[in-house]
Amino acid sequence: MPLDNVVFWVFAPIAVASAIAMLVQRNAVHAALLLIVNFFCIAVFYLLLGAPFLFAVQVIVYAGAIMVLFLFVIMLLGVDRGDTLRERLVGQRPAAIGLGLALALEVFFAVRAGVGFAAKAPVGFEKVNAGGNAQALARVLFRDYFFPFEATSVLLIVAAIAAMVLAQRKARAITQAGAEAAGRGEVA
Amino acid sequence: MLPTPKLDFLPVLPELILAGAGIVTLLYEALAPRASRATHLGLSLVGLAAAAGASIALWDRTGDPTVLAGAIQADRLAVVARVIIISVAAVGLLLGTHYYDRSGDERRGEFYPLVLFATTGMTLIVAAADLIVVFLALEILSLSLYVLTGMSRRGQATEASMKYFLLGAFASAFFLYGVAMAYGATGTTKIAGIAHALAGQTGGQALALVALGFLAIGFGFKVSAVPFHMWTPDVYQGAPTPVTAFMAAATKVAAFGALIRVLDVSFQPLAWDWMPVIWALAAASVVVGSVLAIAQSDVKRMLAYSSIAHAGFVLTGLTAANQDGIRAALFYLIAYAMMTLGSFGVVMLVSVRGEERTSLASYSGLGRRQPLLAGLMALFMLSLAGIPPTAGFIAKVGVFGAAIRAGHWQLALVGVVSSVAAAFFYLRVVVLMYMQEPQGEEQEEDRSPLPRLALAVPAILTLVLGVFPQMLLGVLDKASVLRW
Repeated sequence: MPLDNVVFWVFAPIAVASAIAMLVQRNAVHAALLLIVNFFCIAVFYLLLGAPFLFAVQVIVYAGAIMVLFLFVIMLLGVDRGDTLRERLVGQRPAAIGLGLALALEVFFAVRAGVGFAAKAPVGFEKVNAGGNAQALARVLFRDYFFPFEATSVLLIVAAIAAMVLAQRKARAITQAGAEAAGRGEVA
Repeated sequence: MLPTPKLDFLPVLPELILAGAGIVTLLYEALAPRASRATHLGLSLVGLAAAAGASIALWDRTGDPTVLAGAIQADRLAVVARVIIISVAAVGLLLGTHYYDRSGDERRGEFYPLVLFATTGMTLIVAAADLIVVFLALEILSLSLYVLTGMSRRGQATEASMKYFLLGAFASAFFLYGVAMAYGATGTTKIAGIAHALAGQTGGQALALVALGFLAIGFGFKVSAVPFHMWTPDVYQGAPTPVTAFMAAATKVAAFGALIRVLDVSFQPLAWDWMPVIWALAAASVVVGSVLAIAQSDVKRMLAYSSIAHAGFVLTGLTAANQDGIRAALFYLIAYAMMTLGSFGVVMLVSVRGEERTSLASYSGLGRRQPLLAGLMALFMLSLAGIPPTAGFIAKVGVFGAAIRAGHWQLALVGVVSSVAAAFFYLRVVVLMYMQEPQGEEQEEDRSPLPRLALAVPAILTLVLGVFPQMLLGVLDKASVLRW
């Protein structure tokens, strides 16, 4: 058995087990931590498939940034709030189960039919990847798509201003309410 | 070492200037938090003027039509659309400054950078030659507008902002899905590349048609065409009036600019397939917008429904799918931008403290209380109704003519009948202003000269373009030739 397959068979059960464990976990923080495990396993698969750049992005962006964001939101909402588990939408559970089963069936038949599986490497893959996968991505990103890449920075600035404006309003409302309470002589 | 590609930044100079002005005003707000609004306004206007100059300088540009690795189209359609958007932004900023000055609201220093960034997104979208750039520009302008919509203390504005955000995000997802489908069908996201790929294809076009459908839904939301118009009345009513004026006028120009490129370049080979779809959208928008506007009792809401109807008229021009239709649509967009900007500007000035006088009833007797404002409003209403000698009349004749020459006389008929119905609610405002007594006791009036000066621009253009449309038609003749 080649070494690649050994690594795959070590990580595949961990990936599946962590995903299932995440679903049945009732504590939100534990679920988030299990999700990190899952993200790392998937990152290893990317590495095995010869995509080192995707591996790094998966670890940095998903396991790093997005998970921190998740934990942040969980902490802000309060870790031990019970009502977050209450279902608000009528019929959500049966609909979710039905759609989930449909998706599982679709994947099963797609795998059976061999849809999306390549028997050989895609045409021109070696040429595109010449000099390394990360280098090839850099060539596309900073040469062919450098202008959209730069335009994204404007988008991020706008997003930052937007967050600032919204947060500022909340702070203002709080100080205003505090001032009113003080004005009425109440004990804050 | 990567070989450096050949870069020609001149065609995106307007966007660079606008984004730069946005950053400068943002920094200025951060470094001098006590500075007056006038300085902000001055900085922003200088930026807008420079960007307009840079755009106009591109008119006689020769050379490669697509630059920056196929991301930007440097043609005259982009020049014309940019100049309209930048002018609208300038008037919007003047109105906004006055609005926040007198409403006694807290500092709104973010207003200027956000308007400038929104303008950047709008000018970028009309010059985009790649669907990825279109999407990014769409997000830049939408994100800025979501926040601008909520820039008020009123709860209604927050609600409108939230609604706009949720539905806008939904529309963006549709658009992105369409881009992915287009890539799947043709192997490229370049607007011209899609056309080349589709022209070479024979046989099944199913994926391309799905892509077209999703892109049409995304654009339909942005231009608020029926049945994707649900958000428009709530957002236009809830947003601060100067923001509504800017948003209603400029977003439509930007979204239609990009839509013209996508329909008449990318999907030109499939013109016979998309024509009926646009036909149906146009007819539905014109009829639903005009009919629902009759039932409104709030001026901002009425104008919102009227903007839905006007989106339908522009689409009517686009059903021609040729240069004739593009020219008619462009003229309509210019006229629409001026009339809408002007009428929302008047609505803003009628309410002295923000938004308290937006009901139709508060316009009764305006002709006696505020002759100048009433005169301006009457002009814009007549133009919106399409009555000569205003720009609205010439614009309507143009789009109906283009549609009839392309064989869509039924659509033109629907448009004319709806225009007649629509004239009712526009003229109702005029009747209220001049033929009814003012209600209630003497009220405080807003008589500041600066915003009136700003409103003179759309008013003069509405009249001049109605009397001497040839001045602009020559320019639009050249602008409606899409180079790719």
